[in-house]
Amino acid sequence: MAEAKKKENVHLLSVQDLHTSFFTDSGEVHAVNGVSFNLDPGEILGIVGESGSGKSVTAYSIMQILASTGKVVGGRILYKGEDITKWNEKKLSEFRGKCVSIIFQDPMTSLNPVFTIGNQLVEAITLHTDKKGKVATERAVELLSLVGINEPERRIRQYPHELSGGMRQRVMIAMALACEPDILIADEPTTALDVTIQAQILELMQDLQKKLGMAVILVTHDLGVIAELCDNIIVMYGGRICERGTASEIFYNPRHEYTKGLLRSIPNVKNMKEKLVPISGTPINILNLPKGCPFCARCENCMKICLEEPPMELDINKNHKASCWMNVKLAFEEGGAK
Amino acid sequence: MTSTPLIEVKNLKQYFPIKTGLFKTEYLKAVDDVSFSIDEGETLGLVGESGCGKTTVGRTLLRLYEPTAGEVLFHGVPVTKNNIHGMRQKMQMVFQDPYSSLDPRMTVEDIIGEPLDVHHLYSNKSERREKILTLMEYVGLNAEHATRYAHEFSGGQRQRIGIARALAVNPKFIVCDEPVSALDVSIQAQVINMFEELQEKLGVAYLFIAHDLLVVHHISKRIAVMYLGKIVETGTADDVNYTPIHPYTESLMSAVPIPDPDYTRSRHRIVLQGDVPSPLRMPSGCPFRTRCRYACAQCAKEMPPLTDRGNGHMVACWVK
Repeated sequence: MAEAKKKENVHLLSVQDLHTSFFTDSGEVHAVNGVSFNLDPGEILGIVGESGSGKSVTAYSIMQILASTGKVVGGRILYKGEDITKWNEKKLSEFRGKCVSIIFQDPMTSLNPVFTIGNQLVEAITLHTDKKGKVATERAVELLSLVGINEPERRIRQYPHELSGGMRQRVMIAMALACEPDILIADEPTTALDVTIQAQILELMQDLQKKLGMAVILVTHDLGVIAELCDNIIVMYGGRICERGTASEIFYNPRHEYTKGLLRSIPNVKNMKEKLVPISGTPINILNLPKGCPFCARCENCMKICLEEPPMELDINKNHKASCWMNVKLAFEEGGAK
Repeated sequence: MTSTPLIEVKNLKQYFPIKTGLFKTEYLKAVDDVSFSIDEGETLGLVGESGCGKTTVGRTLLRLYEPTAGEVLFHGVPVTKNNIHGMRQKMQMVFQDPYSSLDPRMTVEDIIGEPLDVHHLYSNKSERREKILTLMEYVGLNAEHATRYAHEFSGGQRQRIGIARALAVNPKFIVCDEPVSALDVSIQAQVINMFEELQEKLGVAYLFIAHDLLVVHHISKRIAVMYLGKIVETGTADDVNYTPIHPYTESLMSAVPIPDPDYTRSRHRIVLQGDVPSPLRMPSGCPFRTRCRYACAQCAKEMPPLTDRGNGHMVACWVK
């Protein structure tokens, strides 16, 4: 789907060699190191990784909502061909909401407890559109019914504490959709929710995506959620992209040692009693990144070059790319055999 | 099956008083008439959504709460307030959060050694140290870690310390309350494998409480599903997962995101409407009837009993 548009066309969003760092007391922390990807209209892109992999920081960099110590130190973020990292705050605040909006993991903390749901929704609407007063309230009610909240007229007078977790996440989604953005970033949208509520929210997101045709970036650590929703997947580790491709390529033909390890360490539905094969070692310390491949310390097939140099991204096929020296070695051997 | 199970829970009830007015107290029925048993060396998985009472069951088993009614038998001997001190040599617990369940001011050696101190399980200092080092080896920690503090470890390693502490008294039974949900996927597998290896080596039985249904299915021999303080279905792990009968279990299983795109996109998902009702305003009869698509008149009148549907697969439902 994305391939057809790829020719010379401008992508909806194009992240090019993004580097984001945090400047802390213990030095510069390289959270994102050279991430590039493109997003086209209507695409659902999943970014998966463990804590500290840089997946959320990538999302926040796109929104330009990094903490005060964080800074995009390299690369470009092009929205419809324009570099947003060069925009001023005024232009950015228009960009957020109208072009890109975000929903966060914890709906309990991302809503203001002292204002009603309606108040907060109307605020978002009046800020980003020219709707005011009664019209804005009507729009708020409309949005609430769009995200499947019953009795929206009553709900807009309620406070966040009166709603359940799933309802609050629906309100967050309504707020994010207030200005019909082209891109919706969902940062772990269902992690704080129960399984049956998670199913409701995922279904809602799928429906809305179809209805409104926006592009979605889904950031999560849950491979199940990714498998269910995403067209394309990016696997991140230690601030770099290890592997990217369509859902079936990543799940059925993984070509990076980290992705392989990740898939082996979750129970296999088809054979539940099969023993899990964990990835040894401990998660990466991003304060102390290795010179070569970030995964080298935990990789079983680590070679000399992996310690020395970060691997280059190699095309496995037209829907699949991986950054692992093993693939280079394989390609070389195959080439030699011919 | 052996004649006396290791743990037998009979009609356990745990109500918490909630002040709802100046003179009014209502009771929150966290656990309402729950019965089950666990054999030696077996793993029973306990699943359910937040607020369904699964953690309370685990805590009441170990008398961290005094139960409102019902009894817990260990090898046929009732666990009471008076004998719980000795009983805790045989029953232990691993907590969910490896960050808050370890004292930040104690070294690893002292954390693991505390249960040994409490139960006087050594005769001299060197025996204590030896025991601690053996335990650390069991859970894959190095001897040089003994003098470090909890904050120097990653989440997975902290959970290992918590497990070593639980194993210190050589228990027959461990309540594992969400032991892997705070960990990253790649670390989860390490800890799950360790639980399984320890079970093979030491023959310890687990009550494995978790909300991740894939993990529970993997590790458990049998599974019990809870909804609003009641067990609605129990059976072998495969029966409950592959052929669920209770409408709640059915939708729960169909809602689990499976990390297999072809499988997960082809199956039929039953999405439940609405939220779990507040346990303070529990529906009459079957607690699930307000969200159940099969609910009938009888469901509102009476709570269905658990009945055997073959192969020990017990289900509490009037309709199915």
